Amino acid sequence: MNTVVCVKQVPDTETLIKVQGAGIVPDGIKWVMSPYDEFAVEEALQQKEKMKAGKVTVVSLGTDKAIETIRTGLAMGADTGIHINDAEFYANADPFATAATLAAAIKDLEYDAVFVGKQAIDDDAGQVPAMVAELLGIPVVTQVIKFEVAADKSSATVTREIEGGHAVLEVSLPAVFSAQKGLNEPRYASLPGIMKAKKKPVDVKKAADLGVSDGPKTVVKEMSLPPARQAGKVIEGDDAAAKAAALAKALKDEVKII
Amino acid sequence: MPGTLIYAEVQKGEIKKGAFEVTSKAKELGGEVSVCIIGAGAEALAPELAKYGADKIYVVDAPEFENYVTETYVQALAQVAGTVNPSVLLTSATAQGKDLTPAIAARLKVGAISDCVDITKSGDKIVAKRPVYAGKAYAMVEANEEPQVISVRPNSFPVTEVAGAGAVEKVAVSLDASKIKVVVKSVEIAASEEPDQTEAEIIVSGGRGMKGPENFKMLEDLAKLFGPGATTGASRAAVDAGWRDHSYQVGQTGKTVSPNLYIAAGISGAIQHMAGMGTSKVIVAINKDSEAPIFTKADYGVVDDLFNFIPSLTSEIQKIKG
Repeated sequence: MNTVVCVKQVPDTETLIKVQGAGIVPDGIKWVMSPYDEFAVEEALQQKEKMKAGKVTVVSLGTDKAIETIRTGLAMGADTGIHINDAEFYANADPFATAATLAAAIKDLEYDAVFVGKQAIDDDAGQVPAMVAELLGIPVVTQVIKFEVAADKSSATVTREIEGGHAVLEVSLPAVFSAQKGLNEPRYASLPGIMKAKKKPVDVKKAADLGVSDGPKTVVKEMSLPPARQAGKVIEGDDAAAKAAALAKALKDEVKII
Repeated sequence: MPGTLIYAEVQKGEIKKGAFEVTSKAKELGGEVSVCIIGAGAEALAPELAKYGADKIYVVDAPEFENYVTETYVQALAQVAGTVNPSVLLTSATAQGKDLTPAIAARLKVGAISDCVDITKSGDKIVAKRPVYAGKAYAMVEANEEPQVISVRPNSFPVTEVAGAGAVEKVAVSLDASKIKVVVKSVEIAASEEPDQTEAEIIVSGGRGMKGPENFKMLEDLAKLFGPGATTGASRAAVDAGWRDHSYQVGQTGKTVSPNLYIAAGISGAIQHMAGMGTSKVIVAINKDSEAPIFTKADYGVVDDLFNFIPSLTSEIQKIKG
């Protein structure tokens, strides 16, 4: 089975964010592969291992640094990479422009499935999976927690998380699947894997090379830090019962929730 | 005047509260408010939308829409959007809304702005405010084209009763079967009476400090006292330990919630957890460790052993409720 995995390099959640105009200050940030994309890479690798055939291609749009995340995917076991290295395009790319670029990079590849994390943890938009699918003219299933492909690779039976439960769907391939936590346990790259990844082929392109001319359809006007939360009130009391009475009173009189 | 089209989601035979929230908000922003409701049996529910400001209600009610399938719902909503030609298309960012919103935007060849916590009007444009970087920053975002497709985080706006004209129009959708490549084999939904965490008004959440799955009963009892709008949640530590199902998890790899009251019991308050509950209106933290980071975000902090405190709080609230 041939698969494509879309990955994004994002600031690690623990990183301190400083805002500047409509963006963030890039210095001093620790960059990682978005955690949901790790589930996507892992699923592609597991499918290849199960079918004992096929190729896994990792695609990423970003700046020079995005190569690190592509190499992470290759070190985990992916075969080749496509690095859309375009700082200028990336600076203003919204989810639609990102999806248009990824779809353009994917459309001429041979693939049975595209795996993507359900959302990237920087802008948390969660739009790219559905938009890539629409632009490729193939179906999408989001929030996938179980994936099984038919022996003839014509369809897959997947379980997706829905509100209050889950649904089992049968989907014609090729299709786009967005990975939710629970799909698998992503592997760590092994040392030999990391060494091998350095020699794996990565195709480097600009958005214009892919024929993408569409600019972004939404624009971030301003970025701001949330207002500092007022210092909270510490509930005092001699024992748990006294504190409980004080909190219950506050919830009734101040918060007016009871 | 170019108006707003809202997608109203139906779950378990009821319209989701989030649909009423965005309908009330659209009415407040002005212009004609149209709502599209889709589902087998949706017609009977449609009139309710008029109470919250819907001027026009488009009903897509046919057996094909019994189960949610992205493609069928996108085709139906795209057809209604083609009729209404709205300047704004609003959805509620529920689990289904998160699936449908980018798909409908892409079908209409426009962008989308996801999971916003506030929307304001600036001329013909909507300025949408949304948390980014795990809630460590807010982005103000605008759409370049119409319709401006925006999903709104549940509980961001109050439901306001304000009458709309409420004209109901049934829409016949002819589905393009060649594009429907997904078949629903089965759907399993727990028979729970509790609201989903994403739209609960009150959440009592437990973390590592709960020490075991059996102790969550204590949180369930407390949540029950608050009434039908309350439920329980859990931190990643509690879920990874196998004490609670992932569907309870609040935080970066779980659900994003925005209740009126969030009670965090035995949760230290890692940034990943804050990312999922930072927009709660009131936060109460209960932790033995007075240095726990959760206390820097809490409106009310209780430094105590939760195993003593929670039962006491439950009985105090019982007393008030009578």
